[in-house]
Amino acid sequence: MSDSLLVRVEQVEKVFRRGSEEIHVLQGLNLEVAKGEFLALMGPSGSGKSTLLNLIGGLDRPTRGLVAIGGERVDELSDRRLAGWRARHIGFVFQLYNLLPVLTAERNVELPLLLTPLSKSERRKHVATALQVVGLSHRTKHYPRQLSGGEQQRVGIARAIVTDPTLLLCDEPTGDLDRKSGDEILNLLQALNQQHGKSIVMVTHDPHASARASRTVYLNKGQLSTVMPE
Amino acid sequence: MKYLHLIWSSLRRKKLRTLLTVLSVLVAFLLFGYLAAIEEALGQGVSVAGADRLVVRHKVSIVQLLPVSYKERMARIPGVSDVAHATWFGGIYQDPKNFFAQHPVEPERFLSLYPEFILPEDQKKKWLETRTGAVVGRKTAQKYGWKIGDRIPIQATIWEKTGRDKSWEFDLVGIYDGAKTGTDTTTFLFRYDYFDETRAFAKGTVGWYIVRVEDPDRAVEVAAAIDTEFANSPAETKAETELAFVQGFAKQVGNIGAIMIAILSAVFFTILLVAGNTMAQAVRERTEELGVLKAMGFTNAQMLGLVLAESCFLSVLGGCLGLGVAWLLIAGGDPTRGAFPMFHFPTQKIVTGVFLTAALGLAAGILPALQAMRLRIADALRRM
Repeated sequence: MSDSLLVRVEQVEKVFRRGSEEIHVLQGLNLEVAKGEFLALMGPSGSGKSTLLNLIGGLDRPTRGLVAIGGERVDELSDRRLAGWRARHIGFVFQLYNLLPVLTAERNVELPLLLTPLSKSERRKHVATALQVVGLSHRTKHYPRQLSGGEQQRVGIARAIVTDPTLLLCDEPTGDLDRKSGDEILNLLQALNQQHGKSIVMVTHDPHASARASRTVYLNKGQLSTVMPE
Repeated sequence: MKYLHLIWSSLRRKKLRTLLTVLSVLVAFLLFGYLAAIEEALGQGVSVAGADRLVVRHKVSIVQLLPVSYKERMARIPGVSDVAHATWFGGIYQDPKNFFAQHPVEPERFLSLYPEFILPEDQKKKWLETRTGAVVGRKTAQKYGWKIGDRIPIQATIWEKTGRDKSWEFDLVGIYDGAKTGTDTTTFLFRYDYFDETRAFAKGTVGWYIVRVEDPDRAVEVAAAIDTEFANSPAETKAETELAFVQGFAKQVGNIGAIMIAILSAVFFTILLVAGNTMAQAVRERTEELGVLKAMGFTNAQMLGLVLAESCFLSVLGGCLGLGVAWLLIAGGDPTRGAFPMFHFPTQKIVTGVFLTAALGLAAGILPALQAMRLRIADALRRM
């Protein structure tokens, strides 16, 4: 395996059951993502983009096949080890930001650090740095309801990068934003990729967003291709 | 500790719901505290009853009197080391609501039988010198603002003086304290010789005897010997240990323990449903957020712990506030103004109460916590 390879998804199948019916969402899918790559994953609704993202992020397990991140077989880890692995290696950015409404911006960003052995003052420093990177140092004490959608997503990104994870997984990060705010978020993701070397896998419907990625793949009917399906 | 802020923030999410749940738990534990004090008061003396003391009363009923001459005969029975007697006076101080027990006794013998009544030596000496002298427990003295040297008028309801006079007056010569927390310090004691000479009828009789046995292990045997001694006499006796006597008194009111458990079970079951429902709602409303926490790397055990901690926090907060309010109310005094001379919140019950608050929190939170623990991240995030 190449040293530059970060994500390896091999012959992955994912089958969901609805009563007696089996739904084959992913069928023998293969994907490789290099370190430092910004990959856009596109496809129509229900094509399995989020399912694939969940498998890469260790939120779900494949029915068959293997998922390895940085050489580690994620699909074989126990629930407890998988949780620890996610805390160390993965940063998630969600479409609806998913901030805890009862916590301020800095407390939201601090959440993943609670799982680390860092002291309170060290956590504070990391939080301040992450908020500075996303340009929200002046909004630390604000609650999510006091922030615009774009600002909330910036807090979401700060939360995702605060532990300095190996891989950022973004599920429609601009899907709930207007074009201007969306562009700002895409600029930020691009900067994280190009200036900070963060590897990113981003699910999106938006060709404008995928254009910012270094590579785009298309998922349709459980299969990947480099060509947009008709 | 680092999760405390997260737990506290979750509870602040629905402030009114949290407040109402805390108040429900508070009321339950207030009731627990108050019932515990009432149970203790109704079974008064059970916990402080002397293991080496017997109570000897008339076989028919405690209201039937016994001859004072029995004292010498009892003292001669093998195994008996000391004998004293007391009589129910049942007088009224100023108002019938001002209830406290009054007994004519032989000072030296009585104080010898009840070493838990601590009376300073000089006051005891004064009592022996003063025929109309009386001593009273600290609680009653404080309640009515009595001090040594006061003249205490008591209106008799049973014991008229010669000349159909019902007004008795006593000189307060001493105030005794209790050696233990549960010791009754409400009783008013005065001299039997003055009482017997002054009363209009039933002279030479007493209400009951208190007997100290040499060996507590032989208490039942000595009690039987006393009853045999007075068998077939005009006033047959019933001797029993002080503990059995006090428990018998308590049982006349009913099986207080069972009543208390029944009431508290109903209350706690209701509160369990209230607190459990609060936690279940809290978890249901936050399914997506819990999914996000798990996605970040919170383990199943941490999710279980977070929800249980939240539930316990609610329960312990409400419960301890309830126990605190109960303690304050109980410390404020006997609500019956005298019927419960030993009205206090036993330490053992406070400790039990604190443990119960945590147990309630665990019981109320366990199902929602398991739900949070078993939550599948992908399913939780799909709900978004």
